[in-house]
Amino acid sequence: MTMPSGITRRDLFMKLGVLFNGVVGVILAVPIVRYLVSPVTRERKVGYESWIPLGNLEQFPSGETRLATYRNPVVNPWDGDTADIACWVRNIDGQTFQVFAINCAHLGCPVRWFPQSSLFMCPCHGGAYYQDGSRASGPPERGLFEYHYRIESGKLLIKAGEMPTPGQASNIVREIGSCA
Amino acid sequence: MRLIKSIGEWLDARLQLGASIRETAEHPVPRETASWFYVFGSAAFVVFLLQIVTGIMLAFIYVPSAGEAWNSLQTLNHNVALGWFIRGLHGWGSNFMVAIVLIHMVQVFLFGAYKYPRELTWIVGVFLLLVTLGMAFTGQVLRFDQDAYWGLGLGASIASRVPFIGPSIVNLMLGGPIIAGATLSRFFALHVFVVPGLLIAFVAVHLLMVLKLGINEWPMPGRVVRKATYVREYHELTKRDGLPFVPGAIWKDLIFSAFILLSIAACAYYFGPFGPSGPPDPTIIQTAPRPDFFFLWLYAVLSFLPPSMETPALLIGPVVAILALLLLPFFFGEGEKSWRRRPTAVLTILLAVVSLGTFTRLAEHTPWSPVMDAWSGLPIPSEFLHNRTALERQGALIFQVKQCHNCHSLGEQGGKRGPALDAVAVRLTQDQLIRQVIQGGGNMPAYGKNLSPAQATALVAFLKTLHPAGQSPARDASRAIALETEGGAPSSANQ
Repeated sequence: MTMPSGITRRDLFMKLGVLFNGVVGVILAVPIVRYLVSPVTRERKVGYESWIPLGNLEQFPSGETRLATYRNPVVNPWDGDTADIACWVRNIDGQTFQVFAINCAHLGCPVRWFPQSSLFMCPCHGGAYYQDGSRASGPPERGLFEYHYRIESGKLLIKAGEMPTPGQASNIVREIGSCA
Repeated sequence: MRLIKSIGEWLDARLQLGASIRETAEHPVPRETASWFYVFGSAAFVVFLLQIVTGIMLAFIYVPSAGEAWNSLQTLNHNVALGWFIRGLHGWGSNFMVAIVLIHMVQVFLFGAYKYPRELTWIVGVFLLLVTLGMAFTGQVLRFDQDAYWGLGLGASIASRVPFIGPSIVNLMLGGPIIAGATLSRFFALHVFVVPGLLIAFVAVHLLMVLKLGINEWPMPGRVVRKATYVREYHELTKRDGLPFVPGAIWKDLIFSAFILLSIAACAYYFGPFGPSGPPDPTIIQTAPRPDFFFLWLYAVLSFLPPSMETPALLIGPVVAILALLLLPFFFGEGEKSWRRRPTAVLTILLAVVSLGTFTRLAEHTPWSPVMDAWSGLPIPSEFLHNRTALERQGALIFQVKQCHNCHSLGEQGGKRGPALDAVAVRLTQDQLIRQVIQGGGNMPAYGKNLSPAQATALVAFLKTLHPAGQSPARDASRAIALETEGGAPSSANQ
């Protein structure tokens, strides 16, 4: 049975079937895509960062740079040790601080502080930074990532929660200019 | 025997696969291709089967949770009977698979097998290489140790450099803001479901095309591929001088595959499984993360690229390389197949092998990394201290205490990041030494703020002694003249 337009009944039903599947596909795609991109969209309004106490000020003697650790604010029960993040706290003069991310600004390896030579050195590709976090040598394009901090009732707090990466346009982690 | 035959007939009456299987097995292949050069594809396939089997066995025990994965690997290594061996088979199988895939690719390239009409077989092969490397990388992540943790950070740092969407890619890759449980879970899903699914699909298409188009004939200099005549010539060749694939050619594949499996088992037995290294605790920073063998060259490249080149090279380099591989058969789809008539092809392979080999070798020594404990662990060889003044020895002490030794070697000991200083006094005058120490430069940090004048003086006094016996240290001739014209002899008054 052919219709005037030349489309058979079966053709029409098959096309309807394809169309119906297309519509259902789109309906299913919306939740699937939203599920997949949830790490990007979730809580983005407030961001991943929040203010985290690093400890009492006495833990960070004046003129010294010390390792501090904190539990990441966004955490799952099965994260284990991976949610414990380290950072370097530099107490410049008792009132002014600098808190550096542990991650090298090159490719994220953990930098180590050497008080004797006042340098941060990276074990991976040989990046080095001065005590104020600025780039000293090696492949990094910039200085260490620095967290915002504030002091509240004798405690040092930093705004953290997301691993800093070189391409990040985050307004939280501040860039330190290169000086030498 | 009769029972087996009747069961076979019963099955075939329903499945109706017997005839096509027989036809596939007995399809004629050119006589020369029954060669030991044509065994790598089948060997890669057999190793892939081994990876599937050992992977499933590991999944019996492994826990894909950031808090438990490392412990479950320890359990596999120590508490499960032969768990270490299965891990060894899977880890060594991975290395063998990448190696064989690469060798297969080189052979196909040198034998011109990517040319008409096998372009699509090559393209699918390029995707197979990529998913194989994807398996190797995601597998390295599942060995959730320090190397895996910081390796993920490295991957995230590279991904973050993509313009505009970089940070979003990082969040997608990590499954959240940091490397944690969600990261491992998604890499588990990739390694166990997604990438193997792709691999199986690509292998199926790849094999189908090998069967449909026939295996590449042995390339002969002067036998030129032309689209108009190739297929006819190939069929004439297989008819005139062909063998049934089974058993004419397959026996070499069988023997080589068995040899490879035995080699993997031997490596697993003698060298054991890979890691895990330290637990994935990011607060343990006394670590020097390293990638697995097949990514070492990349590790070296990343430390040699100048900072300004890094982002473009990281983002554009892989795209260009993959595009070049994919487009290869379209630009060189006809012509000579034999490597004897294709010097550029041979040179390309040599260049690739030499550069990748050099970078890999360098990455095994990491000369660009400071030796973190050289200042405290490696003494200055005594010949550099013998017959020295108190000031010079004080300088040697500062050399150690200020960790110069971490980047500079003396008597072959110490870091290789900066130049060896055994004969530095021959290269640099006293003024140049002072300037270099105080201001840095040429990839050396400036130590001006970190050395008192007395320390800098002592350090330079020590550095001035570093010249071979019988070779005098560099001196600034103009300075000597200037001092003489002032009426004084060159002195050490400024020290």
